[in-house]
Amino acid sequence: MIEIEGLIKRYGGQDVLRGLDLRVARGRVTAIVGPNGAGKTTLIRTILGLVRPDAGRVVVDGALVGNDCGYRASIGYMPQSARFPQNLSGAELLQMLRDLRKSVGMAGSGVLDEELIGSFQLAGHLDKPVRTLSGGTQQKLNAVMAFLFAPRLVILDEPTAGLDPMASGIFKDKIVAERNRGCTVVVSSHFMNELEELADDVVFLLDGAVHYSGPVRELLRTTRQASLGRAIAKLMSQAVAA
Amino acid sequence: MSIIPAATAKVATYEFRDVMRSRWLIAYTLFFVVVTDALLRFGGEGKALISLASVTLFIVPLVGIVFGTVYLDSAREFTELLLAQPVTRRQLFTGIYLGLSLPLALAFVVGIGVPFALHGLAEPALRLPLATLGLVGSALTFVFTALAFVIAACSADRLRRMGIAIGVWLLGAVLYDGLVLVLVMLFGDHAIERPMLALMIANPVDLSRVILLLQFDTSALMGYTGAAFQQFFSGGAGIAVAAAALVLWTAGPLWLGLRIFDTRDF
Repeated sequence: MIEIEGLIKRYGGQDVLRGLDLRVARGRVTAIVGPNGAGKTTLIRTILGLVRPDAGRVVVDGALVGNDCGYRASIGYMPQSARFPQNLSGAELLQMLRDLRKSVGMAGSGVLDEELIGSFQLAGHLDKPVRTLSGGTQQKLNAVMAFLFAPRLVILDEPTAGLDPMASGIFKDKIVAERNRGCTVVVSSHFMNELEELADDVVFLLDGAVHYSGPVRELLRTTRQASLGRAIAKLMSQAVAA
Repeated sequence: MSIIPAATAKVATYEFRDVMRSRWLIAYTLFFVVVTDALLRFGGEGKALISLASVTLFIVPLVGIVFGTVYLDSAREFTELLLAQPVTRRQLFTGIYLGLSLPLALAFVVGIGVPFALHGLAEPALRLPLATLGLVGSALTFVFTALAFVIAACSADRLRRMGIAIGVWLLGAVLYDGLVLVLVMLFGDHAIERPMLALMIANPVDLSRVILLLQFDTSALMGYTGAAFQQFFSGGAGIAVAAAALVLWTAGPLWLGLRIFDTRDF
């Protein structure tokens, strides 16, 4: 689904991504983990076209990122936190995204996935101005937007950080259900036990390059650890020792 | 086929709605209503217009650049979300820019227009100066909100962006004319009309001041560069040149803002 070759990004003389190569398999949940500053967010933003790399190429579903914005029609993105225009209502924001896609002829089949509105019980909040909603409710709205257009690829940056445990559970169920329907999911998070529930594959970033990439099961086997958290910790200590 | 792409129009429509409902925008409108009304009550229409022009040259750039910077700061994450949609950066930039600058310009025009309408403009000769003030205030709004987009990409630090915004405003609306005056004192013995004109055109606030000044025909009340300009051009040519320069001033920062928005990282 995603092919990345030789990705380099420098910020003010500092190398954030140093020749990163990565393949993300279709129809699987891929977790991106790594210490702070490893390049997780920059990687995600490069896939979305928010960050322009200094070198290397990113191909999403056959389309080269950087030429045309059309490839984003099949992507659902949930940023870490969303601060919406405060004086619009949730319903207006959802309508805005729909209108925006319609205006460029990218509304797809026009079928909307509004399942999360129901499972988060958001309907009663959609008519209120966003500024009156709690942070958690705004984050739920954010989650709704990520799945709204039935995307083939969903990119989630620390998705559950702002969600309460119940909403977080509902959201994880949604991720698994979408994966089972063939959707590709890329998720970055600091919560290892949460990723362990979800992830099929894991990508461990260290200093702007891929240190490990493969199935979670495989990682657990080769590191002889019982949990993803411990396996990653082991990888890190090996890297530090080397 | 419209000039504005559909995606731009959509973004602009929703941002416009958001900004129009902002309390700050309502306060801004009321500010001009109250000031204009007070000036009309305590002076004649002509005097009110001149005082209002001074207030406009001071306040409109400040609100344009500061409100713009604060708004773009708070819209940062949402802008990223929009950038992740299948639309181009140009479409988004133009949409956000229009959605931000149009309500501000509208608030200004309504703020000064309504009191004049209520008082019933007695002197028909003042219609043109009033219309000019509305246009110049709108142009300054467009210039300084465009600068806010440039500032948004200048620094990753929120406080520093705010500092830059206020610094740019201070320089343009307050310090500039003082600096020009110092230059005049230093080089007053030489022929400095031409450099003066260049200095005037180099600052949109000074330029606006001169346009208004020529319209009001009240000579050197407002700053040294204005006086130099009026000496140089008399009548229509001066205003045409100044108006053209102000149009360029609107286009310049907008072009720069677009370029930066188009190439920067988010």
